[in-house]
Amino acid sequence: MKQRQHRTLLRFLKGYGRQSVLAPLFKLLEALFDLLVPLVVAEIINVGIAGEDAGFILRRCGLLLALGVVGLLCSITAQWFAAQAAIGCACAMRHTLFRHIGTLDFAQMDALGGSTLITRLTSDINQVQNGVNMFLRLFMRSPFIVFGSVIMAFTIDWRTALVFAGAVPVLGLIVFGLMRLTNPLYRGAQNQLDRVLCLTRENLTGARVVRASGREGEEVRQFQAANQRLTSLQLRVGRLAALLNPLTYVVVNLAAVAVLYVGGRQVEGGVLLSGDVYALTNYMGQILVELVKLANTIVLTSKALACAGRIQSVLDVEPEMAFPEAEVPAEGEEAVVFDHVDLTYPGAGGESLKDITFTLRRGETFGIIGGTGSGKTSVVNLMARFYDATGGQVRLFGRAVADYPKEQLRTLVAVVPQRAQLFTGTIRSNLLWGNGKADDAALWAALETAQAADFVREKPLGLEEPVEQGGRNFSGGQRQRLTIARALVQKPAVLILDDSASALDFATDAALRRALRALEGEMTVVIVSQRTASLRHADQILVLEDGRQAGLGSHRELLERCEVYREIYESQFQKGGAGA
Amino acid sequence: MKQTKKMPSRPALRRLLGYLRPYRLQLALSLVLAAVSVGTQLVLPILTGDAIDVMLGAGQVDFAALGRILGVMAVSIGLTAAAQWGMNECNNRMAYCVSRDLRNDAIEKIQVLPLKYLDRHPAGDLVSRVIADVDVLSDGLLVGFTQLFSGVLTILGTLGLMLYLSVPIALVVAVITPLSILTAGFIAHKSEKYFRRQSEIRGEQTAFVNERIEGQKVVQAFRQEGASQEIFDEINGRLQHASLRAVFYSSITNPVTRFVNSLAYAAVALAGAMYAVRGGITVGNLASFLGYANQYTKPFNEISGVVTELQNALTCAGRVFTLLDEAEQTPDAPGALDLAPEEVTGAVELRDVDFRYAADRPLIEDLNLSVQPGQHVAIVGPTGCGKTTLINLLMRFYDVDGGAISVSGHDIRSLRRHALRRSYGMVLQDTWLKSGTIRENIAYGKPDATEEEIVAAAKLAHAHSFIRRLPAGYDTVIAEDGGALSQGQKQLLCIARVMLYLPPMLILDEATSSIDTRTELKIQDAFDRMMAGRTSFIVAHRLSTIRSADVILVMRDGHIVEQGSHEALLAQKGLYAQLYNSQFDQAAEGPGGQPG
Repeated sequence: MKQRQHRTLLRFLKGYGRQSVLAPLFKLLEALFDLLVPLVVAEIINVGIAGEDAGFILRRCGLLLALGVVGLLCSITAQWFAAQAAIGCACAMRHTLFRHIGTLDFAQMDALGGSTLITRLTSDINQVQNGVNMFLRLFMRSPFIVFGSVIMAFTIDWRTALVFAGAVPVLGLIVFGLMRLTNPLYRGAQNQLDRVLCLTRENLTGARVVRASGREGEEVRQFQAANQRLTSLQLRVGRLAALLNPLTYVVVNLAAVAVLYVGGRQVEGGVLLSGDVYALTNYMGQILVELVKLANTIVLTSKALACAGRIQSVLDVEPEMAFPEAEVPAEGEEAVVFDHVDLTYPGAGGESLKDITFTLRRGETFGIIGGTGSGKTSVVNLMARFYDATGGQVRLFGRAVADYPKEQLRTLVAVVPQRAQLFTGTIRSNLLWGNGKADDAALWAALETAQAADFVREKPLGLEEPVEQGGRNFSGGQRQRLTIARALVQKPAVLILDDSASALDFATDAALRRALRALEGEMTVVIVSQRTASLRHADQILVLEDGRQAGLGSHRELLERCEVYREIYESQFQKGGAGA
Repeated sequence: MKQTKKMPSRPALRRLLGYLRPYRLQLALSLVLAAVSVGTQLVLPILTGDAIDVMLGAGQVDFAALGRILGVMAVSIGLTAAAQWGMNECNNRMAYCVSRDLRNDAIEKIQVLPLKYLDRHPAGDLVSRVIADVDVLSDGLLVGFTQLFSGVLTILGTLGLMLYLSVPIALVVAVITPLSILTAGFIAHKSEKYFRRQSEIRGEQTAFVNERIEGQKVVQAFRQEGASQEIFDEINGRLQHASLRAVFYSSITNPVTRFVNSLAYAAVALAGAMYAVRGGITVGNLASFLGYANQYTKPFNEISGVVTELQNALTCAGRVFTLLDEAEQTPDAPGALDLAPEEVTGAVELRDVDFRYAADRPLIEDLNLSVQPGQHVAIVGPTGCGKTTLINLLMRFYDVDGGAISVSGHDIRSLRRHALRRSYGMVLQDTWLKSGTIRENIAYGKPDATEEEIVAAAKLAHAHSFIRRLPAGYDTVIAEDGGALSQGQKQLLCIARVMLYLPPMLILDEATSSIDTRTELKIQDAFDRMMAGRTSFIVAHRLSTIRSADVILVMRDGHIVEQGSHEALLAQKGLYAQLYNSQFDQAAEGPGGQPG
């Protein structure tokens, strides 16, 4: 798993190879200059002050300034490269992931879920960007300064440097040990916070039920218990985290005391000068600052790696449906044929469709009816090959649906889904989804058929009327009619209305069906509905119950022969009686 | 009308101090410890300098003095660490406990806020006040406060000690270091523009991604993958441009402040060394100075961060306190009656009821209705006619503006709210479920129900069979608001909830809207049994489900325009007849003939 996460990152960083190498390299240079500073100061003390040499002091201070300037330049260069690499990598990742999502099968999208994909595309990739940025900036610098300081200490005096060799591992142990201990605790506290959030929201959205059931007191008690637990968890992790600063402070400064002591003895023995002792204590201080940074970098990097892993897991989902490349002629009088078709959705416990068989001829109107969860939408999904049948065969104009290339299939079959989704833009831009080349006359014709022309005409901007996100500036019924028009613009051979007139009142629904019937040409229409009234004129009606074919025939035939159909019909139309 | 009265910061601060009162000991201790920690930290560079000063050269080290100095150092290091730990602990305790207290108060407040308020404020906004705002507030205000305190102490202390060591060199440091703050501020100001642009484009991209991913199936069905990708890449390109600048400009703050720091460092080295050569200060003093020069900018940078955090925290505090100060529903009257279920006869009387949501738009006017015990009242009418409002009034979710509603002869305002609401069983179109097990949800209105009772209720509601098919049956934990259950299944659970505790009266507001007509027909039987002998109010969309009511109220624009039985109303040929027949016109249209 770890390996794979690195691979994802490396793949996207490859485009920014130069930057990814140069950024840490310049950081390294900067660190090197940082490390030289205490040495220069030691010289000022040992040589300049001791020898009372003003010129030397001036030159060395000039050197300090020069080191600062060069360090600044290196550092800015490094930040630029790091930012370029991190942001470039994130953008490339976003591009690739978005494109990949566009190729996923419907079944895979169901399994992944929309909100997951959105999180991957947004916050996960942002985390990766931060992680990469920090990593490039610090992963070389921090260890370099830590070990560089130790090495510098050794070059000054190995005896005193032994204190460093002792202190660094202890510091490392404290910093990383505490992180290890607190991380799971932080996660626990975060989960508990989510729980408190969930309870808060429930109390708001369920206020009516809570009050109707007289459970206000109980809800408050539950909330306060969860809240108390949150506080205890936070205090527990806080207590551990509160140790970090004092502990490291003690270790570093006691080590500095030890350096002063050992250094003092070395000075006494004539091995060291007082300036060297100063330099040594200074190195000790640098180590702490960088160790803390290193710890943070590691946290950030591991978070980024986890995010990269999640992104990779989406990229690893390969579309399973294969579509041929070459277009094939779509002929024949049998528009849609279901030949003993079964469907089991991936991961589902049972079959959603079992042994469905029917033949729908070109130009016919076909109705599908059944209760909630009876499999109506599943039949639609197979016709449009959003999913593949797990048994039997679905044929479209004489060929298996799998023989059509994706583009051709999607042009032949237009589906108006249950949920009327429009997209930000204008009415025109939404309608053009059906056919990018359609002219105004074609658009208006489609709007007329869909019973949408009137309200579009009333809009101040007509076809150019803006559509807000999700089409929320239109009513449910208007949205449905616009989605129907969008499909009509495509002039498909098979038009499927998947319960897509549910928000229309009876009169508009009827007018829509009349207009569809009056359309020229040989369009085959499939209407899914819960209302028998919407289907009574269909040439054939498929009645589904729990995924099985409970009946097939015309309205009259079904009324006579099919008990399920009759029950549905009566539940909607029986006057008097029923509920008494 | 909108509740946008901004809480000024000062009262918010005072309110917050009120919440701090129980923890005033911790607060005082925290401040004392902060002072101790700052003091002991500040003497360290001086002690280091002193230690260096007793090492004059080979054979000239005063070990007795060095030992004393190092001893003092060790003690002050220990003190600093102890003080820091104590301070952290105090701060944590204050921050977390104040958050807890605020949230506890908030949830109690939520229970007594009038529904008028809850209906008008999006839940997301209120949730973010209780969760996110409280977090920012407690973190920012409490931690920020002590940081500000110790930051100021550090600056003053350092300045004092440097002045004590050497006035001229102290001036050098004091003049150069503010430069770093100025440059940092300058860069922040510059990069802010890019950050704003970045967050705008990010918002645009998120909105786009949200829409396209949620509509991904439609996108694919209409072959728009390529077109989507083009738009996405265009936004992505702009984002890259803005992000690069935002991230880069903000990331040069650090190097630049570090540079100013090394400028100060070099200046101190130069001035100090020259001064030392003339014997003005010792080498140890110089070392102390260099130590201070290294640290001096840190508190400045911290303080500027803390100030923004504090401002943030105060804004959040304002939002939290606005919620806590919101007017509550009128409390139950002092001598409010506690009506026992068996005392509820089921007689409901509305006399001259007036009600409006907005002051300038009257909705219900002069409504009179008298319901006999056990009668079934169906309410029909076009959208917005006041059907749901009537239920809001019956349940006393809202109070009438004029007139009175009485239950079993008592004005409902003279009853305890609990008692009134307990006498109704309510199934709403909005199917609310609690995160928890199926069992807990069914038993929500009767927590002490036995297993048999729960299963029996589920069977009556036709929910038993799908519950049994769930992974853990009745113990299946459902996520917030029903999770994977379908709308219809959720509605069945809500019905089971009411079937279980069988109150004397019922309110069914579109109770079966998400259930297909056949299942509805099956439940109808159970509904009928449940409603037998119980006063019931039924709002339904499908006229077929209300035909059997004793009284049908036809509402329009807040008035009852027709009232009577199904047959009587049809005979009137008024609005009801019109509504009813529109359903069957469709069926009659075309060659299908008249239905059954």
